[in-house]
Amino acid sequence: MRLYALAVYLFLYVPIGVIAVFSFNAGRHAAQLQGFSTQWYGKALSNPFVMEALQTSAIVAGASAALATIAGTLAALALQGVGGKPRAIFDALLYIAVMVPGIVIGIATLIALVTLFDWVNPVLAALWPLADQAPQLHLGKGSLIAAHGLFAMALVVIIVRARVAGMDRSLVEASADLGATPWGTFRQVTLPQIFPAILAGFLLSFTFSFDDFIIAFFVAGSETTLPIYVFSSIRRGVTPEINAIGTMVLAVSLVTLVVAQSILQRGRGRGAA
Amino acid sequence: MAAGRVTQVDDSPIAELRGTTKRFGSVVAARNLNLAIRPGEFLSFLGPSGCGKTTALRMLAGFETPSEGAVFLDGRQMNDVPAHRRPVNMVFQHYALFPHLTVAENISYGLRQRRPKPSKAQIDAAVERALETMRLPGFGPRRIWEMSGGQQQRVALARAIVNEPKVLLLDEPMAALDKKLRHDMQIELQTLQRQLGITFVLVTHDQEEALSMSDRICIMRDGEIAQVGSPRDLYDRPTSRYVADFVGKSNFFDGRIERLDGSTAKLVGPGGTIFVGHANEGLGSDQPATASLRPEQISLTRDAGGLPVTVVNRIFLGEHTEYLVRNPDLGPFLVLASRQAEAGTHNFEPGETGYASWREGAALILSKD
Repeated sequence: MRLYALAVYLFLYVPIGVIAVFSFNAGRHAAQLQGFSTQWYGKALSNPFVMEALQTSAIVAGASAALATIAGTLAALALQGVGGKPRAIFDALLYIAVMVPGIVIGIATLIALVTLFDWVNPVLAALWPLADQAPQLHLGKGSLIAAHGLFAMALVVIIVRARVAGMDRSLVEASADLGATPWGTFRQVTLPQIFPAILAGFLLSFTFSFDDFIIAFFVAGSETTLPIYVFSSIRRGVTPEINAIGTMVLAVSLVTLVVAQSILQRGRGRGAA
Repeated sequence: MAAGRVTQVDDSPIAELRGTTKRFGSVVAARNLNLAIRPGEFLSFLGPSGCGKTTALRMLAGFETPSEGAVFLDGRQMNDVPAHRRPVNMVFQHYALFPHLTVAENISYGLRQRRPKPSKAQIDAAVERALETMRLPGFGPRRIWEMSGGQQQRVALARAIVNEPKVLLLDEPMAALDKKLRHDMQIELQTLQRQLGITFVLVTHDQEEALSMSDRICIMRDGEIAQVGSPRDLYDRPTSRYVADFVGKSNFFDGRIERLDGSTAKLVGPGGTIFVGHANEGLGSDQPATASLRPEQISLTRDAGGLPVTVVNRIFLGEHTEYLVRNPDLGPFLVLASRQAEAGTHNFEPGETGYASWREGAALILSKD
C-alpha cells in the first residue's frame, strides 16, 4: 500500500519537479542538465509576449475573482434564509458547476456567447446613429472574466456558506440584543466572522482563473492568457523559458493556495474558541 | 427572603405577558401566558426542556413575535419592536461572546451602538466599571478564548449590565459551568441583582438554582404557566402534583377524600392509611385525590407505632440521610432523616425494619393528575 502510494505521488509530482529543476538549467537543451542558471527567468520576464500574457491573466484573474467573491458571498448569505426545494435545486446547480469538466463549460460558454453576440450585435448596429461606429460585442477579456467569474462563484458560495453555517446564530442575536441594527450586525459581527472564508474564496478564485487553460482557450477570442501562451509555445518545442514560466505559475498558485488554506484554518480555530 | 428589598412605590409591572401565545407551525410553544414582572424582582421561569420557558424569554427579548396576545416592557406594547430597540439585554446560554473582539470590545459593544455615540472616555469608563463590578479588572485587552468558562460568563454579564437595561434576561446562564462554579455564580448573581436593582428574569431547568436565587418562580408545563409564587409558596403550597413534584422531592399517594372540613381534607390512601392536610381549592368530598408528603416530614423510628416499613436503600447526603423505604400497602417512598434526628440512635441499614410516621396535617391534598 505504501509503495503504491509512493508510486502515485512520484507519478504526480516528478514531472512538476523536473520542470522546476530544468528551469534552472544553464544549457539551452531541455534534455540535459548543464549547471545552474537563472537566465531563463530573465529571458521569460523580458519577453514582451510573456509580459502581455501575464498582464492579461492578472487582469482576468483579479476581475473574475472580485466578481465571484462579491456575488458568491451575497448568494451564500442569502441562502441562509432559503430552505426546502429551492435550496436543493440551487445546491444541485452549484455542485454541477463545480463538477462539470472545464471543456464542457468552455464549449457551452463559447456557444452561448457567440449566439448572444450574433443576436445583440445587429440590434446594436441598428439602434446606433452611425452604424459603422456601433460597438461590437466580441470574445475577449470581458468574456474571459464572465466565464471564470461564474465558475469561481460556485466555489466562493461553497466556501463561504460552510463558514456561515458554522457561525453561531446566537452571535447575531447577541448583536441585535445589544442594540445593533441589522446592517450594524452584518458589518460588525457577520462580516468579520466570515471574512477568512471570503478571502480564501477570493484567493482560490484567483488561482483558478490564473491557471485555467481549457475554458480560457474557448472564450479568450484574440486574447492570450499565460496558460494559452505556454500551450502555443510548447507546440514549437519545450524550451527552458517555458519551464521557467511554468515554475513561476506553479509558485504563485502554490503560495496562494497555502495562504488561502491557512486563512481558512485559522478562521476555523478562532470561530471555535 | 426578599422582604424590604423592593423599594419602588410604583408597582406597575416592568415587563408583562398578556394572553401571549407562540406557535411554531402546528406546535404551540407557549399558550396564553399571563404574567406581570415587578420592577426590581428576580423572577425565574422554571420547567423541563420544551416547556416554553425559553420561548417566553425570547418573546421578551424580541427574538420571537407572539402569535397572539402581547408583550409589554415598561408599559409599552412591544410586539412589533425589534430586538435591537428593546430596553432589555440578554445573557445567552453559551454566552455568545464575539470571538473576533477583545473582552473590552465585547463589553463596550452595546454602548458603541448608541446614537448619539458616547465619547471614547465615557465608554472606557463604563467598561472599566463593568469589569470592576464583575471582578475582572485588567482583563479588558484579553481575547475571549483566553478566558476560562467562569470568566467568559462574567464577561457576558458585564456586556449586558453595562447597558443598564430595564430587564436583564438570563437564558440558562449557568448550564455550562461545573457544579462548584455554578454555586459561586449563583451567589454572585444574587448579590449583583441586589447591588444593581435591575429586574432579572432567569430561565432554568434547575429547581435548586431557581429556589435559591429567585424572589418569585414561574413554573411552566407544556407551554403553560403551572404556578407562580415565591419559592416558599411553591414548596409549601403547590397547587398541583406537577409543581409539588418539580419543586423539591415529594411522595405521592393516591386515594379518596373522605371528609372536607374547610380547607382541611382527610384522605384515605392505600390500605386505609389516613392523610390529613391542607386541600387545594376545587376539591370536594368523596373525590379521588392525591396526598403529597415531603420526605423530610416523615420520621423513621425503631419504636413501634406508625407504619411498618422495610428500608430498601440508603443514600448518605452529609447533613441528611435519604432512605427509600417500602410498605406493603403504600409501596416505596422516600424518608429524609437529619443527622440531628438520628443522633440518639444509629442509622438504619438496608433490610432493617422500622416505623414511619408523620404529624397530622403534614400532607397536602392535591387534585389527581
